[in-house]
Amino acid sequence: MNSFDVSMLLSGQYHDWLVSGFALSIKLTLITLVIALPLALLVAVLRLAPLALLRAVGVVFVEAIRNVPLLAHMLFWYFGAPEVLPESLKAWLYERDVEAASAVIALVLYTAAYMSEDIRSGIRSIPKEQMEASRALGFSFLGAMRLVILPQALRVTVPPLIGQTLSLWKNTSIAMVIGVAELMYQAQQVESASFRGFESFAFATGAYLMISLVITGASAWYHHHHPVRSA
Amino acid sequence: MWEILQTYWLYYLIGQYPEGPLGGLALTLLLAALALVLALPVGIVLALCRLSPYRLLRWPVTAVVYVVRGTPLLMVVFWAYFLLPSLTGQMTDQFNTMLAALVIFDGAYLAEIIRAGIQGVPKGQMESARSLGFDYLQAMRLVILPQALRNMLPSLVNQFVSTIKETSLGYIISLGEVSFVATQINTQLLTRPAEVYLLLALTYFVMCFSLSRFAYWLERRLAAGASHPGTR
Repeated sequence: MNSFDVSMLLSGQYHDWLVSGFALSIKLTLITLVIALPLALLVAVLRLAPLALLRAVGVVFVEAIRNVPLLAHMLFWYFGAPEVLPESLKAWLYERDVEAASAVIALVLYTAAYMSEDIRSGIRSIPKEQMEASRALGFSFLGAMRLVILPQALRVTVPPLIGQTLSLWKNTSIAMVIGVAELMYQAQQVESASFRGFESFAFATGAYLMISLVITGASAWYHHHHPVRSA
Repeated sequence: MWEILQTYWLYYLIGQYPEGPLGGLALTLLLAALALVLALPVGIVLALCRLSPYRLLRWPVTAVVYVVRGTPLLMVVFWAYFLLPSLTGQMTDQFNTMLAALVIFDGAYLAEIIRAGIQGVPKGQMESARSLGFDYLQAMRLVILPQALRNMLPSLVNQFVSTIKETSLGYIISLGEVSFVATQINTQLLTRPAEVYLLLALTYFVMCFSLSRFAYWLERRLAAGASHPGTR
C-alpha cells in the first residue's frame, strides 16, 4: 500500500466530493429529524389512545416498520412504490430528486417507528394518576396529553431520542444503495476513481465518528444538566 | 405476488444452491446465526475488559467499542471488504467479509448488553464466590456469567433480530442473501418491483416479528421465574 496521502483529502476534486457527501448526510439527518419527530409523537399518542382501533393503527405502524431492515425499506420506496403511482405524478417525481425523496421517506418512517416507542415509554413512565387527575379536572384526553402528560414525559424521553438520532445519523449511510450521493456513496466514488480507498474511507469514518461523538456528548451534557428525578 | 412466489420460491429460499453457492433466505439465516454465535464470545471478552480494574485493558477496549458503535455498519463492511484482502494477501469472499464485519459490529453491541447483564448481578455473588476460594475468572465463569447470560436471554434474541436485519447489507457487496436474490428476481421480472419488494419486506417481517414476540414472551417468563426464586 502506498503511503497515506493527506493532501487529496484537504483540497481538490476528491475533497469536494467527500465534503459534499458529508453535507448531504447531515442534511438528510436534519430533514428526517424534523419530519420524524412530530410523526413519532403522533404514533405514540395513537398507541395510548382510548380507542382500540387507533391503538391498533399505532401498533401496526410500529411493528410493520421495525421488523423490516432499512435496506428493504429503501428498495421498496425507491423501486417499488413509484410504480404504483399514476403516470403524471411519476413523471413529476422523476424530474426531481427521486433518490433523495425515497431515502427521506424510508428514513422518516424507520426513525419515527423507533422514536415513537421511546416517547411511548416516556409517557408510560408518568404516573397514571396524572392523567386521572387531569381528566377529573375536566381536561379532554388530548388536552391532558398536551398540557400535563407530554411536558413531563418528553423530559424523560430526551436521552433515548438522542440515541435514536445517533442511529439515524449512521442509518443515512444506507441511502447509498439507491444512489443518494451522501458520504458513504461519495467515499466509494472516490475509492473507485482514485484507487485510494484507505484515504477516502478514513475520511468517511472520521466524519461519521466525529458527528457520533458530538451526539454522544450532547447526551452526556443533557444527563448532567437534567438528571433523572425520582418521583 | 403469489405467481412470483410460485415461480421463484426455491430460488428465493436457497439461491442457486446446489448448482451454485447457497443463497436467499437460507443464507440470511445462516449468516445471522453464525454471526451471533461468533460475536457472543467476542462480546464477553470485550465486556470483561470494559469492567476490568486494569486501565491497560479497559481504555483501549472502551475506545474500540466507542469507535465501532459510532460508525455505520456499512462503513465496517467496506473496511472489511477493502482491508481483509490486503492484510491476509488473498481475496476474501463476500460471505466471510460480511461475517467478519457482523462479528466485529455485533461484538461491540453485545459487549454493552453483557456489561449491563454482569452489572445487574448483585455484588454479593462475586464477593461470596471469591470468599469461597474461586479466583476472579472462575467466579466470573461459574457464578456471574451463567446468571448474567440468563437475564440477558431476551436481549440476545433481540440482538438476533437486529443481526437478521443487518445481514441485508450484504446486498451492497453482492452477497446472495435474500435482499440480493429479491433484486435478482426483480431484474428478471422488470415490471413488478412493488410486489417483489413487498414480498421481501413481508419475509423479514415474519422472521423478525415472531422472534421479537418470542423475546417478549421469554422476558415475561424469566421475570415471573425471578420473583419466585424457589421455583427455578
